[in-house]
Amino acid sequence: MTNDVQERRGFRASDLSMLAGKKGSLKEFGILGALVVIVVAFQIATEGTTLSSNNLINIIQSQSYILILAVGMVMVIIAGHIDLSVGSVAAFVGVVVAIAMNDWGLPWFVTILIGLGLGVLVGAWQGFWVAFIGVPAFIVTLAGMLMFRGLNQIIGQSRGIPVDREFVNLLAGYLPEVGPFTGYNNLTLLLGALAVVAVVVLELRGRAKRVRLGAAVPPMWVAVTRLALVAIVIIAAALLFASGREGTSFPNAGILFVLIALAYAFVTRNTSLGRHVYAVGGNRRAAELSGVRSRWVDFFVMANMSVLASVAGMLWIARAQASGPADGGGWELDAIAAVFIGGAAVAGGIGTVAGSIIGGLVMAVLTNGLFAIGVGSDWIPVIKGLVLLIAVAIDVINKQQGRFSFIGLMLRGLRRGRSNDLS
Amino acid sequence: MEQARPTILSMRHITKEFPGVRALDDVSLEVATGTIHAICGENGAGKSTLMKVLSGVYPHGSFDGEIVYRGERVAFSRINDSERAGIVIIHQELALIPELSIAENIFLGNEPRGVLGIDWDTVRGRSRELLARVGLDEDPDTQIKNIGVGKQQLVEIAKALEKDVRLLILDEPTAALNEGDSQHLLDLLVGLRSKGVTSIMISHKLNEIEAVSDAITIIRDGKAIETLDIRDGAVDEDRIIRGMVGRTLGNRFPDRAGHAGEVFFEVRDWTVQHPLTAERLVAKQSSFTVRRGEVVGFAGLMGAGRTELAMSIFGRQYGTWLGGTIVKDGKEIQLRSVSEAIANGIAYVSEDRKALGLNLLDSIKRSIVSAKLGKIARGGVVDALAEAKVAEEYRQALRIKAPTVEMGVDTLSGGNQQKVVLSKWMFTDPDLLILDEPTRGIDVGAKTEIYQIVRELADAGKGVILISSELPELLGLADRIYTIFEGRITGEIRAADADQETLMRRMAPTKGDAA
Repeated sequence: MTNDVQERRGFRASDLSMLAGKKGSLKEFGILGALVVIVVAFQIATEGTTLSSNNLINIIQSQSYILILAVGMVMVIIAGHIDLSVGSVAAFVGVVVAIAMNDWGLPWFVTILIGLGLGVLVGAWQGFWVAFIGVPAFIVTLAGMLMFRGLNQIIGQSRGIPVDREFVNLLAGYLPEVGPFTGYNNLTLLLGALAVVAVVVLELRGRAKRVRLGAAVPPMWVAVTRLALVAIVIIAAALLFASGREGTSFPNAGILFVLIALAYAFVTRNTSLGRHVYAVGGNRRAAELSGVRSRWVDFFVMANMSVLASVAGMLWIARAQASGPADGGGWELDAIAAVFIGGAAVAGGIGTVAGSIIGGLVMAVLTNGLFAIGVGSDWIPVIKGLVLLIAVAIDVINKQQGRFSFIGLMLRGLRRGRSNDLS
Repeated sequence: MEQARPTILSMRHITKEFPGVRALDDVSLEVATGTIHAICGENGAGKSTLMKVLSGVYPHGSFDGEIVYRGERVAFSRINDSERAGIVIIHQELALIPELSIAENIFLGNEPRGVLGIDWDTVRGRSRELLARVGLDEDPDTQIKNIGVGKQQLVEIAKALEKDVRLLILDEPTAALNEGDSQHLLDLLVGLRSKGVTSIMISHKLNEIEAVSDAITIIRDGKAIETLDIRDGAVDEDRIIRGMVGRTLGNRFPDRAGHAGEVFFEVRDWTVQHPLTAERLVAKQSSFTVRRGEVVGFAGLMGAGRTELAMSIFGRQYGTWLGGTIVKDGKEIQLRSVSEAIANGIAYVSEDRKALGLNLLDSIKRSIVSAKLGKIARGGVVDALAEAKVAEEYRQALRIKAPTVEMGVDTLSGGNQQKVVLSKWMFTDPDLLILDEPTRGIDVGAKTEIYQIVRELADAGKGVILISSELPELLGLADRIYTIFEGRITGEIRAADADQETLMRRMAPTKGDAA
């Protein structure tokens, strides 16, 4: 068995791409590159505040709920649907949870269960219409957007409803300070260390399994270099997040987001359920003729989206310390934009959790950085809109031309011009 | 007799490159006025690219070489330019709008203007004339979606005639047509030829090429291999095939082992209602049997109900089931869904590879395991290594031409896509494979390979149902053939005792009775 293993020696240019792991696609690379460029540009423009601990903590704290919505939204979009109701659903769940705490006096952990349960119910409602009646998701969730916004205001009587301290501390708070004084938040460092260990163990186990089954493995130096790079990034991030203001750490909301992101990345990449979502979005009829129960897939993605919207709604009222009538306004558009910047296809079948998160981060860093350099809040949506348009346009051109290059685009224009002259 | 026919078209030294591929390599093509000129070659040989160069889909300047049309050098920048010059291309995928009427489609983008917008009287009147010219007896107001593919093809030609076509290019015009419709279309081309319309016909159907065309140009790997004059009769199918694949193929059909086992699959009195029209039955008390190790052919005209019968058996995926039973291995089984059909060892390879057989966004690997993910998943988690391993085994066993199983299926040629679909269904460990037009739109070389696979499946003890519109294929590959007409099984015959004529008579009994 093991003599099939090809442990190649020597370096090839193609090996470099393996540093990204076998699943790193060009598309995600492109958008990841864009994120890095934006971060570096703002880092320079703001003279170092963009990558400061406090600013990073702020970005994660203020964007976790959008990123969580993007994770759900990418599955909806892969399956060929859309969900316009997430902001209203979040607001609706938020107001009920706030009232449960404030007016009914229920303990915070019970209200979280109520919130999640409500998310399941709302999701089942929307999923039912999409999957079993066949009403397009655009319409079902447009209706939901109106209805749940209205219900938020009816139930909350359009007032602000405060939530409990414990609830705020859990969902919008930070990890406690424990252990010896190091100048850092020790638990954040510990999380970073655990993440490094987990990455190394997973990589080595995967490698061992490939060797055992006789599959080809990348050269050891590639694996080591890749692990070293990943570890450096994680450790650097941990040090940054741990060195913020006294009493801060990697935000709890961020931890929740990371857990959700990992879980859904796993589901979409490695499970039958994930495959079925891609199959239905890629070619519904072919999926059905392969035994996929497409209606249940539709039901699942829609219901799941509403559950994640309820999580986002609860994170928001914790951060705002109250529920209000305007909660969640425009969230659906932020989440949808993140998914498309992250490379998903409008027609369905294409998209990744990782790409959508990077797309969401691009938008988040952009907003944050533009504010920091003093761009007015009236101009920020204009710039974000353009970024969305250009990101998707590059994607479209890529698909038509094989590879995007401005120079190629210009040359082709010239050639066409020349041929017209001839004729 | 007259060698000095004027040349209508000559394409000289055409080279077209895509990033990393040379699709056409110094191809020259001469077409004489008033002829039917066939172009053949395996899929991916460059036939369609050549036609796109000609019609301006690839604009002048994006390729090297020159095109001389009716004595002048031309430089088309877009398809409108070539249409204005009288060159009309009819693609394999028809470009008609299903919701519009025949007349509206014919004049789409070219509507005659009256005082108040479109002059509908002219549109209808001219449409009627054009329909008469192509021999289509339909009301011009009929919606396209309500007529069959064969008639749609005729509407495309009427549309071309409306544009005053001089050079008609048809990309696999009969690929989706049954024998009757194909014959009609070919007769029409011959009729147009006598009126001075030149046609270029891309086709895989060598018997048709032999029957109607005057010359044939064979393209292989982006190069024009040779142009043969067919009129002198010295060129036969084997000669053409040799040019296309660059070698002589042995017997195109594998030998029958001839040791079919016992009957293991039986359908009794299967009756199915049309999904939209309640009074229409697409299967009428159909009964048939399949033995182990046997290839059972289903012959019938398009619309006879072969696909409908197959899909309705495969988990009731067509129409409404009204009655009938399925017995497998002596036990009656219920197949109410695709999952149940797969679980019971039934596989269905659709006639429409791209729309129903594959998710074109998927890789080879993911496609192959997609119909039975459970086999390589534990607790719902797909074992990526097992998946890659399985896919690699199929890639080698079926000789799928792709460097790795990570390649997207959209990058494969039709034949290789079909091999992926076959792999996908073989992976489900079926006892019975229903193959619906498994070689449609596939080049000769790949066809032979698929015949071989089908025979090997049968020899391995599986039952195979082969639905095909190509009678030679049924006669060459099947052991026993059922004929279907209007949803009813009209006969059963041993392939050894049948020929095309006997089959045709049973496939269209009214015509047979009248004769």
